[in-house]
Amino acid sequence: MIATEELLWEQVRTRATPEQVSWLEDAVASVLGEPESIRRLFPAVGRRAGRAPLDPAADPADVHAWTVDDAGRTLLLLALGDDAGAELDELYRHGDTAERRGILRALPYLPVGDAGVALVEDAVRTNELGLIAAALGPYAFARLDDDAVAQAVLKCVFVGIPLGGLDGLGPRITPHVSRMLAAFVHERVAAGRTVPADVWPVIDRFPPEDELSEIQAELDNPVAERREAARAALALRNQRST
Amino acid sequence: MRIFDPHVHMTSRTTDDYEAMAASGVKAIVEPAFWLGQPRTSVGSFVDYFSSLIGWERFRAAQFGIRHHCTIGLNPKEANDLAIRDEVLAVLPRYLEKDGVVAVGEIGFDSMTSAEEEAFVEQLAIAREHELPVLVHTPHRDKEAGTRRTLELLEEADFPPGQAVVDHNNELTVGMVLESGCWAGFSIYPFTKMDEHRMVRILEEHGLERMLVNSAADWGISDPLKVAKTVAAMQEAGFSEDDVDRLVWLNPCEFFGQSGRLELEEVEYDRAETFAGSSVLRGERVET
Repeated sequence: MIATEELLWEQVRTRATPEQVSWLEDAVASVLGEPESIRRLFPAVGRRAGRAPLDPAADPADVHAWTVDDAGRTLLLLALGDDAGAELDELYRHGDTAERRGILRALPYLPVGDAGVALVEDAVRTNELGLIAAALGPYAFARLDDDAVAQAVLKCVFVGIPLGGLDGLGPRITPHVSRMLAAFVHERVAAGRTVPADVWPVIDRFPPEDELSEIQAELDNPVAERREAARAALALRNQRST
Repeated sequence: MRIFDPHVHMTSRTTDDYEAMAASGVKAIVEPAFWLGQPRTSVGSFVDYFSSLIGWERFRAAQFGIRHHCTIGLNPKEANDLAIRDEVLAVLPRYLEKDGVVAVGEIGFDSMTSAEEEAFVEQLAIAREHELPVLVHTPHRDKEAGTRRTLELLEEADFPPGQAVVDHNNELTVGMVLESGCWAGFSIYPFTKMDEHRMVRILEEHGLERMLVNSAADWGISDPLKVAKTVAAMQEAGFSEDDVDRLVWLNPCEFFGQSGRLELEEVEYDRAETFAGSSVLRGERVET
């Protein structure tokens, strides 16, 4: 945990103004002294400490990129120590989108055991890309069961969240996940639509023969749009393997 | 012409209203938390209402190029429900630090009960803690006495008068409010409270300093274009463009700017955008 805190402070200090940093230092000191003060400090983090991407090279539209307020909120939650579990639910319930995202990002670093799983499940049920992306990190992938992981990955594909940014997904890919994504590709191709390139590494972890041959067969479909869509989808797969 | 309506309950209005307001020049609004026409029965209803004021409603306004801010507070009517009052007051600090929350309000008197007075005084203290101005409602019945008591309590609490707007004034209350150093708000209604021609006479007599004009449009018979109609009446009476701009733009900016949380840059919007996955569009978008 020490490493996380130091790293976050270092990044915040390079990205925020001295005034913003000093507000955050005071806020952390306040939570250390009086844990309940997090209830009024937590909503103000974005306004007081900034909301820029934490990595200056990050694309501000990247749903996986941490922001300064995500880091600030994580530092406040870390300051709660063992009290974090007691505050988590109410902070989330009263939080706006940015506050909820901050909580979800912080989960892997907090001593809360499984207390955050319900929040992860809530976030994945929404249609807010930032929340879904923040929920699906190492904390979730260490705790969700196989079915929940499969549904979450499929949801990401449907709403347009890049799979490559899902930290911790790798070891949780099952033949079931590979098959579901291949079926998704087939469905899209049959509708004459495009697919994102990042489904292929997941499909090719456990290549599902039936679904793949169905996609292959679309190359000879009498409908031109389906043939074209199949060509485009398979080209993305081949690009990856070359 | 740019208009800032400093008191309008958009939660109760339609997208047609937003469209007409934008066309009339409205670029910014403040939506005070108030009661909803019938009493709420649990703190959860307040929490969801506050969340909608900082979330969905702000998003909806932005889809019409309008900057939406709000005030958060326990309104006087429901301050009389002792079972709920303390729970609502307890969640206020969580909401008063949200972005776009520019004052504590509406607070004050409805029926001049001791429960209303306690909630008012307590929320004045909460406003000081959060360094926010207050938006104070005055009663429809026995308005003069209610306004006088309101000003006394503000003074007893040592609340900085420049950070309080006392709302819903008329010819008989405006003098004492301005004299106290507070701001004076006027709600221009179709039939009651105050109309735009009486408003012009008040402005001619009392000037423009610390004056705010609003539509207070809500779920009752009211008109979200009343600020624009007051502007028309002012122009007819010979007020200059600068006078108009001061009253309907600079004054609300100055008052609510004390929160440090006004956001007034032009809104860039795309109606296909979503908030929490919902958009203001219904069904498939027709390509134009």
